[in-house]
Amino acid sequence: MSAQVLTYVFVGLTFALYIAIAIWSRSASTQEFYVAGGHVHPVANGAATAADWMSAASYLSMAGIIAFEGADGARYLMGWTGGYVLLALCLAPYLRKFAKFTVPDFVGDRYYSQTARVVAILGVVFISFTYIAGQMRGVGIVFSRFLEVDIDLGVLIGMGIVFFYAVLGGMKGITYTQVAQYCVLIFAYLVPAIYISLMLTDVPLPMLGFGSTVNDGSGTFLLDKVDGLSQELGLSIFTEGSKSTIDMFFITAALMAGTAGLPHVIVRFFTVPKVRDARISAGYALIFIALLYTTAPAVAAFARLNIVDALDNRAYQDLPAWFSKWEDSGLLAWVDKNDDGLLQYRGGAALDPVKPRYSDTRGDLGERILKNQPTDNQNEVYIDRDIIVLAHPEIAQLPNWVVALVAAGGLAAALSTAAGLLLVISSAISHDLLRNTLARHLTDKQELRWARVSAAVAIIIAGLFGIYPPGFVAEVVAFAFGLAAASFFPIILLGIFSTRMNREAAIAGMLSGLIFTASYIIFFKFIAPEFNTAEYWWLGVSPEGIGTLGMILNFLVSFIVMQMTPPPPQEVQDMVRNIRIPR
Amino acid sequence: MSDQSEQEIVSPSDQPKQLSDDQAAYWRANVTTLLSLLSVWFLVSFGCGILWVDALNQYQFFGWKLGFWFSQQGAIYVFVILIFIYVVRMNALDRRFNVDEDQ
Repeated sequence: MSAQVLTYVFVGLTFALYIAIAIWSRSASTQEFYVAGGHVHPVANGAATAADWMSAASYLSMAGIIAFEGADGARYLMGWTGGYVLLALCLAPYLRKFAKFTVPDFVGDRYYSQTARVVAILGVVFISFTYIAGQMRGVGIVFSRFLEVDIDLGVLIGMGIVFFYAVLGGMKGITYTQVAQYCVLIFAYLVPAIYISLMLTDVPLPMLGFGSTVNDGSGTFLLDKVDGLSQELGLSIFTEGSKSTIDMFFITAALMAGTAGLPHVIVRFFTVPKVRDARISAGYALIFIALLYTTAPAVAAFARLNIVDALDNRAYQDLPAWFSKWEDSGLLAWVDKNDDGLLQYRGGAALDPVKPRYSDTRGDLGERILKNQPTDNQNEVYIDRDIIVLAHPEIAQLPNWVVALVAAGGLAAALSTAAGLLLVISSAISHDLLRNTLARHLTDKQELRWARVSAAVAIIIAGLFGIYPPGFVAEVVAFAFGLAAASFFPIILLGIFSTRMNREAAIAGMLSGLIFTASYIIFFKFIAPEFNTAEYWWLGVSPEGIGTLGMILNFLVSFIVMQMTPPPPQEVQDMVRNIRIPR
Repeated sequence: MSDQSEQEIVSPSDQPKQLSDDQAAYWRANVTTLLSLLSVWFLVSFGCGILWVDALNQYQFFGWKLGFWFSQQGAIYVFVILIFIYVVRMNALDRRFNVDEDQ
């Protein structure tokens, strides 16, 4: 069977599986809708957390970013895993003991303040919506590239599937579909990686293979070969970074604290039966995540070799079929600067502006003619980062069934994250905003109905974001972590570890952290992008890493305000002491 | 489940003084465990993976430069191990201070 037909088969089978799980695990109460009844086994919760966490960006883009940036990619690898240590040790067990449904629940109760609750609701909804827009777009892109469906139709199909199991099943349905989605996505990620590792190094495990020797008989280490080749072609050296140490430090810290402060991850730890389960469940989650995160840099290194091998100094007519396919979908481009009919892949951007703008005509060899100006370096090839995961199986000439897996895996990654975010938005509206703020008289049954309605509305809004992506979304998603680090992380942490931490300090700390971080980002990204270079950054910290300074500011302001204002009421102090003890 | 916990939140101050001394000792032990594990967390990621990465890169570790290995592989393995050490230590502490959830 062709890869196209197999892709349809795999995507169809996985979707049928998700729907079957949704029907089997319907939610009947708010307890089930928000936290799956609190009965989820720690291993299942670990797998669900991993799928919840690993989004379209982790699955489709991360290996590509590392392939092009080399050592600098470590900020994502460490930042997005190290946050789980903070979460497991400092937050998850205590929030589980608190035994409510949402993050605004904790903020509102711990800081005995409706203002703090409403600020938390706004933060949760803002972070979750910026994040979800990217997921729905990811669903559309996978559909359009692999199944040749229109992007908008792809988004609609994705909305339909998520609607089915999120509205019907709530957290219970989402949890068990996420477990299935984790299995699909990790299988689809590891199989091609193992194949390629065997082809290049004879070592089956990719995370060991990329530290081994290549199997061409030369006895050279794979990374030495990658570095040598990169140097020869003027590409950046894979094992060396170009970011300053201080910037790497701050970005990694912001990603870690942001991960620990993201509401859709925190809420997963409300679903296990005991405090002890919350601890071990974070451990399982990190094992499941680490499987993909330790494979990604290996895939990146393999991809550099395979791409240079497949493209450099090849004649355009002799290129394999995948080149023109991905050229058609806009992820590859070639401009023959020296008119030799061969592709030269070298360092530097081939085109100005960097992304290709195609005209309607084709050149003599069949290549798409570009409107971009060629740059004066020798590089003739534009390669989009996303292609590393999407096209690598084809580039390495793997069997059709492996090529077909990639689409099913990408869809699993995007849909599972979207569903987790939707649930957080719906519970913020029905539980925090209605039940606990505006309409306290709601019965459990009414609240459940509102939860389903707000999930449905949230899906429609998210779908619209996917079909008509607002330009700012891609920019903002990258900063959601900085904002979470500067706002939620410090006040949740202090709320557990300090009995003296009070309402005034929390509100002042959260506002100062948020305002500082948001203004720095808005200034460099939107008001004065021409100044967005290291020489103008404060202390050399880029907008990506500024959340760490915002977090430090939040802590400082909290400490100072705390000293000047009265301690929290006795019952709140007792509550804090209570959540510290498992029993 | 949640009803029961809310009850506990309402009336924990009725507990005798002896119990709250024990709880303070349990909390101190907990915080000590946390701080020692978090210092390892900091050393492998921010230390070996970022601050000292260039110095460590002078050493070869199988096919990797050592600093590069820490930042793209080693730190992640250590993170996983740290969480499991934490789980074992905390379960032991829970039993020692008689606050585990099995009774």
